[in-house]
Amino acid sequence: MDSNTPLLELEHVGKEFYGNRVLTDISFTIQPGEIIGLVGENGAGKSTLLNILFGMPVISSTGGYEGNVLVDGKRVSFSSPNQALAKGIGMVHQEFSLIPGFTAAENILLNREVLNPSTMSYVFSDRVSTLDRDAMESRARAAIHTLGVNINPDMVVSEMPVGYKQFIEIAREIDRKGTRLLFLDEPTAVLTEQEAEILLIALRKLAKQGIAIVFISHRLSEVKTLCHRVLILRDGKLITDLPADSLSTREIASLMVGRESERRDPPAPEISDSPVDSVNVDDTLNAPKKKKKKPKPAIKVEHLWVDMPGETVRDVSFEVKKGEIFGIGGLAGHGKLGIPNGIMGLYPAGGKVRLFGRSLTLNKPRAALGRKMAFVSEDRRGVGLLLDEPLDWNITFTAMQTQGRFLLGIPYIFQVRNEYAMAKETRKFIDSLGIKCTGPKQKAGELSGGNQQKVCLAKAFVLRPNILLICEPTRGIDIGAKALVLDTLKQYNKENGTTIIITSSELEELRSVCDRVAIVDEGKIAGILPASSPAEEFGMLMMGEKLRVAMAATE
Amino acid sequence: MIKRFIQNAGWPRIIIALFLLALFIAAPFEPVSLLEGVRIYNFNINNLYISLSNIIVRFGMNGVMVLAMIPMIQAGCGLNFGLPLGIIAGLLGATLSIEWNAEIMTKLAEFAGQYKVSWLTQEFLNTWREPIGFASAIIIAVPIAVVLGWLYGKLLNRVKGDEMMIATYVGFSSVSLMCIAWLLLPYKHPTMVWGYSGHGLRTTISVEGYWLHVLSDSLALDVNKYLHIPTGMLIFFAVMAVLVWIFMKTKTGTAITAAGSNPEFARASGVNVDKMRTISVVLSTVLGAIGIIVYEQSFGFIQLYMGPFYMALPAVASVLLGGASVNKASILNVIVGTFLFQGILTLTPSVINAHLQTDMSEVIRAIVSNGMILYALTRKVRG
Repeated sequence: MDSNTPLLELEHVGKEFYGNRVLTDISFTIQPGEIIGLVGENGAGKSTLLNILFGMPVISSTGGYEGNVLVDGKRVSFSSPNQALAKGIGMVHQEFSLIPGFTAAENILLNREVLNPSTMSYVFSDRVSTLDRDAMESRARAAIHTLGVNINPDMVVSEMPVGYKQFIEIAREIDRKGTRLLFLDEPTAVLTEQEAEILLIALRKLAKQGIAIVFISHRLSEVKTLCHRVLILRDGKLITDLPADSLSTREIASLMVGRESERRDPPAPEISDSPVDSVNVDDTLNAPKKKKKKPKPAIKVEHLWVDMPGETVRDVSFEVKKGEIFGIGGLAGHGKLGIPNGIMGLYPAGGKVRLFGRSLTLNKPRAALGRKMAFVSEDRRGVGLLLDEPLDWNITFTAMQTQGRFLLGIPYIFQVRNEYAMAKETRKFIDSLGIKCTGPKQKAGELSGGNQQKVCLAKAFVLRPNILLICEPTRGIDIGAKALVLDTLKQYNKENGTTIIITSSELEELRSVCDRVAIVDEGKIAGILPASSPAEEFGMLMMGEKLRVAMAATE
Repeated sequence: MIKRFIQNAGWPRIIIALFLLALFIAAPFEPVSLLEGVRIYNFNINNLYISLSNIIVRFGMNGVMVLAMIPMIQAGCGLNFGLPLGIIAGLLGATLSIEWNAEIMTKLAEFAGQYKVSWLTQEFLNTWREPIGFASAIIIAVPIAVVLGWLYGKLLNRVKGDEMMIATYVGFSSVSLMCIAWLLLPYKHPTMVWGYSGHGLRTTISVEGYWLHVLSDSLALDVNKYLHIPTGMLIFFAVMAVLVWIFMKTKTGTAITAAGSNPEFARASGVNVDKMRTISVVLSTVLGAIGIIVYEQSFGFIQLYMGPFYMALPAVASVLLGGASVNKASILNVIVGTFLFQGILTLTPSVINAHLQTDMSEVIRAIVSNGMILYALTRKVRG
C-alpha cells in the first residue's frame, strides 16, 4: 500500500429511500491516523452514511446506494457488517451493545475468546474448548490500558457506571486485530466532562498509532478540540470539509443548521440571559407584549416536568399568546416531544399548566381534550391513527368520545354512532385537505405517509380546538405534502385564530411557520427567539453551548 | 372476481367449506354390504335431512357461546379461552333455577295475589312454568357472570399482551375450583344431588320437567319426518346477535373497538382503555353464561364438574373458522364459523364412519378445531 492511498474514500455516494433523497453526492477521504469530526442535525443523513459504510441490510433492501466506496483504493461493497469488520472498520454505537451479566473482559473478547487447547477440541471443534481466563484478562487489560483508564477487567458490566461502559465498547473495537478505522457515534453523550476528556485523550493516542477515527458528536467544542478535519452534513449534502482549526464552533453551528452561509457579526452578549429581549428590530411580536399585558396567555406553562422515555422534560416554563404559532425545537432526545405529550396527559407529568388563566389537570388526556385542546402525535402509526379502521373512524372518533358528536340517541343512556354524519364530515376533510383515498371507508393503514398526516390533522381540526399541539408535522412525508401540511396549519391559524404549538426537529420548518421558536436542550428551555433570528443563534442554543464560551472560541 | 372472493373469504374457509360440501354430497349414500368385500351404495335422501337437522340444532346450541368471543376480540383481549368462567356462571344459574324452582313459582303466585296482577294467574304460571324456569336461570346467572367477569377483566388488565395464556388458565383453574364447590354447596333438590349421600351435585343433571327444549320446541318447524328446525332457539340466537351488533355500534362499543385496534390512540382520545376492556370481558362472560343455558335446554342435561373444561376450544375454533382474527371479529364470522364447524362435527361421524368404517370423527374434529386455533395464532399481528 503506498502511503498516499487514503484508507477510506467515498466517491459521489448518494442514497434514496422510496423517492426520498437522504444523501446527495458525498465525497471525502480519510487518511490513516486522521480524526474526522462528522456533524449534522438529526436527519442530515449521518446514520444513512454509516449504514452504507457498514453494509447494513437496510441499504441493500431499499435498492442499494449510488457512487463508490473505496478502502485502500479498492472498490468495496459491503453486504453485511461482518465484511466491514473484516476490512478493519469498527463501530461504536450510540446504544451500548454489551451483555450486562458478563465481565468487562468477557465483553471485550466476546466471540474472540482465548481458548485452552484440549483433546476435546480436536475431536469436536473449538466450540467445546475451555477459556483461558488469565490470557483473556491480560488482553482486556491491555485494551483498556490503551484508552488510559483504569477499569478492572473482572468487573461485571451491569455494575459499571455509564462512562465505563462506553470505554468497554471502545476497548472491544481496539482489541479487534486490524481495526484501522473507528466510527464513534456520540461517544461522549453519556460521559461526564472529566470522562469525556479522558476519552478524547485516549482517542488522540489511538490516532497516533495510525488508527483513523470518525467522531460523531453534537458537542461542537469537543469536535473542534479533537478533530483534524470537520465534515458538515446538511440535508444529505456535504457542506464543508475543512480543517477544524479554520472554523469556530459558532460557524460550525451555523453551517449545520442554517441556510444563511454568510458570516454574521457576533451577536450581543446579553442573548444568553434573556433571549426574548435580545433581538433584532423585526421582532414585532414582542413589542405589543411589553406595552399592554392585559390578554391572558392562551397557554402558560410553569416548571413542567414530563417523564417520557427518551424525551425527558426537566423544568420548562413558557407562555404562548392567543393566536400565536409557537415552535418548539431542539435535538432529538432533549425533551421537546415530551412537552406536548406531557401537556396532553399522555405521559406522567407535573408542574403547572394554565389555559386562558385556568389551570389544567395533568395526566388526564380526557381533561386536556375537554379543554378544547387537540393533539397530533409524532408517533403517527403508533398513537395517531387506527390503522385497521376506516378513515371516518379515525377522523371522528375523538370528537365522538369527548364531545359526543356523530352520535344518535339519548346521551348517557343509548347512543349509536351516526355513520352518515361521520362519512359526511370525513368527505369534507378529504376534499379540503386533498387526502388521496378511495373514500371515507378506506382503512387508514393503506394511505401514504403524507395522507396519513393529513388524516391526523383532520382529526384535530374536527375537535374545533382553541389550542392545537402538533408534533413533527412533516416527519416522514415527501416535500410536496410537507408544504401542504404547513400551509394548512398557517391557514387554519389565520382563519380560526387558533393557537398552535408545533414541535419539530426541523428548524427551518419552524422558522418558516412560527412566530416564535423555543429551543429545548437537556429538558430545559435554552432560549426563546423570534423566528426571524439568524439560524446560527438557534444552532448555538441547540448545541447547548454557553454562548459566552462559544464566543470566546470565536475570537 | 374469483380472486377477490378467495381473498375475502380466505383459503382455510374455502377448504373447509368445500370439505363440508363434499360431506353433504356423500351423506345420502349409505354403503350396503352384500357379500364379503363387495359394497354397493344406496341413495337415501333422508340421511341428508337428518344431517342437516343436526347441524341446525347444533348451530343454535353453540351460537351464543361463539358470539361471546366478539366483545373480547374487538377490545384487544384476544380469544376468550376463559369462557369456562362464564359457563360456570351459567351452570350456577341453571342449577339454582332448578333448586329454587318451587320457591320461585310460589313467590310469583304470592306476588300476583298481593299486588293484584290479574294476568298472573295460577293457570298462567302453570302453562309458563318452563319458560319462567329458563328465564330465572338466566336472571340468576347474569349477575354472577357480571361479578366473575369484572374480576376476570381486572386480572386481564394486569397481564396485557398475555391475555390468552392467562385466560386459558383462568378457565382451567376455575373449572377445577368449581369441582370442589359442586360437592360442597348446600344443594338439596333431590333430582340434582347424589342419591346415596344426599348432598353434592351429580355430574349430569337432567333438565327434563324444568326447561327442557323451551326454546328449541317453541315455534319449531317440522319440514318432514327427518328435518326438524328449532325456530325458537334460532330466533333467540338472532336476537342475541342483533343485540351484540347494536352494542358494538354504540359509543361504548365504538370505544371498545378503538381500544382494541390501537390502545394508544384510544387513550390519546380520552378513552379509559382498561374500563373498555373490563366491559368487554364482562359482556363476554355474560354471553358465555347465557350461551351454556341455551345449550343445556337443547341438550337436555346440565354437565357439571369437568364438563366446561374444554368448552372454550370449539367456540374459539368456530369464530376463527368464520374468518375472525385475534383482534377483529364480526357477527358474520360467528354465523359462518359456527355453521362450518358444527357442520364438520356432525357430518364426519355419520358420513366418514359409514364410508371408511372407522371412527374418524373425533380425530377430524380435533384437527379442525386445534388446527384453526394454531393457524389464527400464528397469524397474530402485534401492533
